[in-house]
Amino acid sequence: MAVKVLIPTPLRPFVGKRNSVDLKAGTVGEALGSLTTEFADLRKHLYTDDGRIRSFVNVYLNDEDIRYLDKENTPLKDGDTISIIPSIAGGAEN
Amino acid sequence: MPTNDMQTLTLNESVAREIRAYGVGTYPHECCGALLGAEEGAHREVRALHKLINRRTDSPRNRFSVTAEDVRDAERAAEQAGLEVVGWYHSHPDHPALPSEFDREHAWPWYSYVIVSIVAGEPQAMASWRLTDDRMRFEPEKIVTGASAERVAPAAS
Repeated sequence: MAVKVLIPTPLRPFVGKRNSVDLKAGTVGEALGSLTTEFADLRKHLYTDDGRIRSFVNVYLNDEDIRYLDKENTPLKDGDTISIIPSIAGGAEN
Repeated sequence: MPTNDMQTLTLNESVAREIRAYGVGTYPHECCGALLGAEEGAHREVRALHKLINRRTDSPRNRFSVTAEDVRDAERAAEQAGLEVVGWYHSHPDHPALPSEFDREHAWPWYSYVIVSIVAGEPQAMASWRLTDDRMRFEPEKIVTGASAERVAPAAS
């Protein structure tokens, strides 16, 4: 399926300053995998060392958070848009 | 591939004053908000702030978080002002303005992270940091004082 992945501002330097990337994939997980295969420096910012999407990385399929769909197994249709939306967190040492 | 040469952040006195005041006002809890501005090459300027509500109600003394929807709100505010979100600020109550390991683990590259230390309710040092591209550490960003900035509407609760 031909989909568009919207790239948030902090990750655009890693994709040649593009604000979106078009690719073909069957699921959200496949799309993110293709994205991080093509742009390898993105991977560490999207995934933990053990291969899970980082907790502060929110992935939306069209207007829905994939956590409420089938997560990375969520199937895609032609024309879908995947958005990567940051959450922001931090704090002082304990 | 982006590099992490020393970068500067222009943060004028009215913006700095507003960050300190928010940190004092929320003390002993952490405050947070978005930095709205513009970037030209290695120089970044904060021209406005967008206050946010700390969503970590379980541990607000040493943690802050804002949701994806909060981020979208900040981006909309920036767009309406002809600016972009260039980073985030938060306070460290009774802790120095140094990024913690928790800050590092949760940071995004490219953004400026301004931290203000609030000790016993009084503002202390303010510093700005950027995560290195390999996520291994923060690099300091030189804060340069400049002309006054404007204020955007504070976040709704």
